[in-house]
Amino acid sequence: MRPFEYRRAEDVAGAVAAVADHPDAVYLAGGTNLVDHMKLGVATPSLVVDIGHLPLDQIVELPDGTVRIGATVRNSDLAAHLMIRQRYPVLAQALLAGASGQLRNLATTAGNLLQRTRCVYFQDVSMPCNKRDLGSGCAAREGYARYHAILGGSAGCIAVHPSDMAVAMAALDASVVVTGSTGERSIRLVDLHRLPGDTPHRDTVLTHGELITAVDLPPFPFSRHSAYRKVRDRASYAFALISVAAALDLSDHRDGAGGPTIRDVRIAFGGVAHKPWRATAAENFLRGAAASVENFREAADVELARAEALNDNAFKITMVRNTVASLLADLTRRQVGDIGGDLAGQEQKP
Amino acid sequence: MDARISLRVDGKDRSITVDTRTTLLDALRDRLGVTSPKKGCDHGQCGACTVLLDGRRAVICLALAVAYDGAEITTADGLALGDTLHPIQQAFLEMDALQCGYCTPGQVCSAVGMLAEAKEGAPSYVSEDLVGGTELDDDEIRERMSGNLCRCGAYVNIVAAIRRVACEESAP
Repeated sequence: MRPFEYRRAEDVAGAVAAVADHPDAVYLAGGTNLVDHMKLGVATPSLVVDIGHLPLDQIVELPDGTVRIGATVRNSDLAAHLMIRQRYPVLAQALLAGASGQLRNLATTAGNLLQRTRCVYFQDVSMPCNKRDLGSGCAAREGYARYHAILGGSAGCIAVHPSDMAVAMAALDASVVVTGSTGERSIRLVDLHRLPGDTPHRDTVLTHGELITAVDLPPFPFSRHSAYRKVRDRASYAFALISVAAALDLSDHRDGAGGPTIRDVRIAFGGVAHKPWRATAAENFLRGAAASVENFREAADVELARAEALNDNAFKITMVRNTVASLLADLTRRQVGDIGGDLAGQEQKP
Repeated sequence: MDARISLRVDGKDRSITVDTRTTLLDALRDRLGVTSPKKGCDHGQCGACTVLLDGRRAVICLALAVAYDGAEITTADGLALGDTLHPIQQAFLEMDALQCGYCTPGQVCSAVGMLAEAKEGAPSYVSEDLVGGTELDDDEIRERMSGNLCRCGAYVNIVAAIRRVACEESAP
């Protein structure tokens, strides 16, 4: 590991000034991703500014009903918070689907958002990688791409964002509160992470020195009817092949055999892109439509029309479609009981 | 670059000067002679270095020692009260919940931390009900202990040992 200076930040302004003034300074909180990358040589900061002791570890409800989550709230504490479990089950489930108990006790909210891809070539400094070393090439395109992107990738990078939590937050219309040397700004969570394009070395729109201080969850009436489903190579403690976060609002109206009508819906995918993928085309397809398995599948197909897969990851397209259908069907059943359509008839191949 | 830090480890106050690159795991094992937490992967993937860090289970191979100045650490060594083993340790012994033993101190600390989390009502990814509380059946124990790998594959008896203690604790 490269030698570095360690400073414990006293306040947000001091932390921001310290990192902004220093071209290769980084923030440290839980450290579960950063320290690993320092060991691997992926991250080589000369100054580490520890924000883990700043008073950013509270979860509070603002007067308008927004739930404000401090940047250093631990993943375990956020998942266990009663308000999150009751109002935003999709977020509690997503957090609990990530990492392990002893990692969630360290990992923080903002650190989870800013964790970097687990692409094996990104983490191996002997391999070409445009994200780690812009211009060196992309080993994944010619290599092992089972975990890689099917949406929004570029010629230079097909890495995926590894977070579960961020997928739920994308579905929940969250925004992040950011402090920089020129003041505070708010960024919609779906705009925080970037698509790779020609500049895959930049994961987010944050500029050097900007510090996430909180994540805001706006109130919306059907966030209680939400859930997260993660599909992976082993049942626990593994990164997602794909995941789906969804919230569903059904009207009481039933039109004949068509089932209840979808008043509103939120859907986001994980494990498919360089960022948490908000499935707006699928949502638009479903608003006003009948809640049926056929419609859920067709909505997924509308979203996946732009998908581009390689040999290793083509299975993800079918996997996303089936997971969208089964998750939305479960949310429908929980609200109204029975649902039209047959889930057993899912296709097995793309 | 060096930094002076103080730690309370298994009830004893310790003070050392560490290079800022030193992890908490290396500080304990190489500098303080506390070898109960094991180095398995050194990348936060195996759970062999799990301890109770300020009362909560945590892997310490990804924790920079300098960031934990003032912390209180309980290792598997520090769980026993004199010659009386912690109930989890006793159950691991009696239920044959190990073969080579390398992952065991991490398993034991993780189990102690996990039972405390469950007692406070924390759900897991497999909990049917996020709000109403959960009984620690085998599926729950497996999910909550998935951060501790055992290359010998002693999982069946590890789950049984933890289930026994969970049942004892929940008995009226």
